[in-house]
Amino acid sequence: MSIKKGLTVLLAGASVLTSSMSFAAEEVNVYSYRQPFLIEPMMKEFTAETGIKVNILFAKKGLIERIKREGNLSKADLMLTSDFSRLALFTEDGLAQPVESEVLDKNIPSKFHGASKEWFALTSRARSIYSSVERVGPTPNITYQDLATPAFKGKVCMRSGKHPYNISLLASIIAHEGEANAKTWLEGLKANLARKPQGNDRAQVKAVKEGLCDYALTNSYYLGKMLNDPKQVSWAEAVHINFPNQATTGTHVNVSGVSLAKYSPNKENAIKLMEFLSGDVAQGMYAEINYEYPVKEDVKPSKLVASWGEFKQDNIKLSDIAAQHKAAIKLMDEVKFDL
Amino acid sequence: MISKSSNLYKLLPWGVTCILLCPIIAIFLSAFVIDESGSFSHLVDTVLFTYISNSILVILSVVLLSIIFAMPSAWFVACCDFPSRKKLQWALMLPLAMPPYIIAIVYTDLLDFTGPVQLALRRLFSWQSIDDYYFPDIRTIFGASVILALSLFPYLYLLLRSAFLTQSAGLFQAARTLGLSPLQAFWRVSIPLSRSAMAVGISLIAMETLGDFATVNYFAVHTLTTAIYDTWLELGSLTTAAKISSMMLLAIVILISLENYSRRKQQVYQRNNNGNVDLRFVLTGWKKWGVLAFTWSLVSLSLFIPIVTLMYYAAHYFAESLNDDLINYTMNSLWLAFLVAILALIVALIVNFYQRLSPGFAAKSTIRLSSLGYAVPGTVVAIGVLIPLTSFDLLLNDFLLSWDLTPVGLILSGSLVILVLGYLVRFSAIAVGSVDSSLVQVSPSLELASRTLGNGPVKTLWRVNIPLIKKGMLTAFILVFIEAMKELPAALLLRPFNFETLATYVYQFVSDEMIEYAALPALMIIALGLIPFIVVNRLLEKKR
Repeated sequence: MSIKKGLTVLLAGASVLTSSMSFAAEEVNVYSYRQPFLIEPMMKEFTAETGIKVNILFAKKGLIERIKREGNLSKADLMLTSDFSRLALFTEDGLAQPVESEVLDKNIPSKFHGASKEWFALTSRARSIYSSVERVGPTPNITYQDLATPAFKGKVCMRSGKHPYNISLLASIIAHEGEANAKTWLEGLKANLARKPQGNDRAQVKAVKEGLCDYALTNSYYLGKMLNDPKQVSWAEAVHINFPNQATTGTHVNVSGVSLAKYSPNKENAIKLMEFLSGDVAQGMYAEINYEYPVKEDVKPSKLVASWGEFKQDNIKLSDIAAQHKAAIKLMDEVKFDL
Repeated sequence: MISKSSNLYKLLPWGVTCILLCPIIAIFLSAFVIDESGSFSHLVDTVLFTYISNSILVILSVVLLSIIFAMPSAWFVACCDFPSRKKLQWALMLPLAMPPYIIAIVYTDLLDFTGPVQLALRRLFSWQSIDDYYFPDIRTIFGASVILALSLFPYLYLLLRSAFLTQSAGLFQAARTLGLSPLQAFWRVSIPLSRSAMAVGISLIAMETLGDFATVNYFAVHTLTTAIYDTWLELGSLTTAAKISSMMLLAIVILISLENYSRRKQQVYQRNNNGNVDLRFVLTGWKKWGVLAFTWSLVSLSLFIPIVTLMYYAAHYFAESLNDDLINYTMNSLWLAFLVAILALIVALIVNFYQRLSPGFAAKSTIRLSSLGYAVPGTVVAIGVLIPLTSFDLLLNDFLLSWDLTPVGLILSGSLVILVLGYLVRFSAIAVGSVDSSLVQVSPSLELASRTLGNGPVKTLWRVNIPLIKKGMLTAFILVFIEAMKELPAALLLRPFNFETLATYVYQFVSDEMIEYAALPALMIIALGLIPFIVVNRLLEKKR
């Protein structure tokens, strides 16, 4: 390649580099810890209704750190998370701002938003225990604590203890029972695992189907998703969904949620999107497409999810769970849960 | 070699090195912030030593397996003759185009307890449970190492093959004449002569392994990168994460320096590199079959099996996977990888020529320092790049505001500039290494001749060295291009809005273990990585 040609290529590259800076006039920028394909249907509907374009930047790790570094120049308007701990980190770090909106107040019950309205939950999901149809049958009285008892030795499958869903569950147990009891529980659970923690929630269900274990600790909505995937439907049919701790504290529930960024450049549009996501249409879509529980009280879960029955939720405050987040991570290290 | 040591010669390489080093220094400095969270002592008390020993074990196994895969195959292809040798010659490079996280998913899917292989075995022999038979657990350090080695061994293969090819055949012949068997000659002549290629290849592989998170994590193997992610992203302690990263970097620097020190008196120059075409050992009988079995199994494991599996998935979910976005993201990946490869090549030429023009500690340092980023996990590089660039942007905007000028926003950190820089920090090492290992084989007597004939140092580099290392440059370009096509963590965190690469698109689905939906774009990454290999190989073949 001649120098001249090389330079031409470089210049062409440089012009493309800076061209990504320009945006359409009406838009809202979302940093999302949730996969775009999960939220795209709602965003499309929002754009169709309002003409506001939604730009999504998805990553599983590091978005909070990025927005922190970007400071007051950040283009992000909203932070969308798939669990509460990230929402808590985001607001604790002073990266969020409170939102006063009648629509949000009406749609989202007070236990599903922060005290000063700096975060709002959009959906909830239960950390449920799936049991093998073939070998166990439905176990409506099961508790998280049972999983750590000797009767369950070698029968439990779960994903990495460090996954936010498991961290949240452990944090809730610390909040209820204190760290020492939680540690005993975690050690018991580790001793009962059929294999070292691995794979995702779906993989645990598959392991139950294949007989590797009898119980899997898994979020509720995966069952709905697997029942609608031609390849995975047979896994889903091999398990019952149980909502643990019905006679005691209630089933641990985590939320996905949204927060308005402190330096949001398109604040008005961002609030419109938040309101839309809490409204009937989007809440209905969350229920029907993703099999999550809507937070808006008059929006019903999908028929399938409703067929699993109602259950008692753990009513502990989300912020109390979030307060134990770091303790939970450290506890996972202490008992070397994943190792 | 430069009599009037002009400052310009030094300014450019040091400037480039400083830019590439900035993010690493940023991380290093963060390590000295006082940590109030106690995360580091928590790690020391709990899992740190397990993580360290896992990291060391993974690196050792990957390096060892890569040598076992690469060294014989490189020598067979370079020095022996057997059917299908020409095809193998490039087929053995192709696994580089496979993103390790994709191979990892394919193999864990195939081989774990619930995968098709064990399912079929259970049906076949009517085994009921895991207690009825033995099957090696793939989610172990060894399993992860095999997969990493399968996708990384081609680095070593490439470097060794070209070293074996360019080694003067005369030396080998002399060894044979003195009564050594081919195998003895291989051990006592070919291997020592290729030590620099070996060192470069092994350090590339070791660095890439150390920086890997996605693959080992998928195998439920926890290493130092796990500690970095946990402390930084979950416990919110950047300084602890920075401490661990700095420890890892320090270890790399020490190892590489030791290797260099031990090689300090060794110099290998090439006089004639065309002589051994007719001197290949013609393999027959069991030797031929053994070599064929070894090499083709390697290609099957690292290339054919994953590709066929992905094709099977892609065919089943084709309608869902094929859309306009895919074309769009393909174009993004392509030009981004191209740009990064060109820039990395320029970086490599600058620091390597500096070393050539004024050899010594300073020049050696620019080479080492500009390569450090390769050993840093992608996400950490990403944050390392964010620190200086966002600071620059914030300062610039404050400055503009104080002069009543329109602020420009995140002109560097909010655009693709940051992404390109992140890639360069990560991948310059590959280009620097390839150019380095082909430049050391150019005898200085050629340069001296050119200088004697009145050419200046720069003209000499341009007219003598560059033509001689064209192949090394091409290799550097392709390797960086392919790495950039595959790159995931930095792209994920640094990309601006509305910019997806094929890798980030694949990750959307893979992060939810929906490999079926990711199969088509994954195949696209592989195909686009294969094309430049094949094109360049054709070009080189024609020239010969």
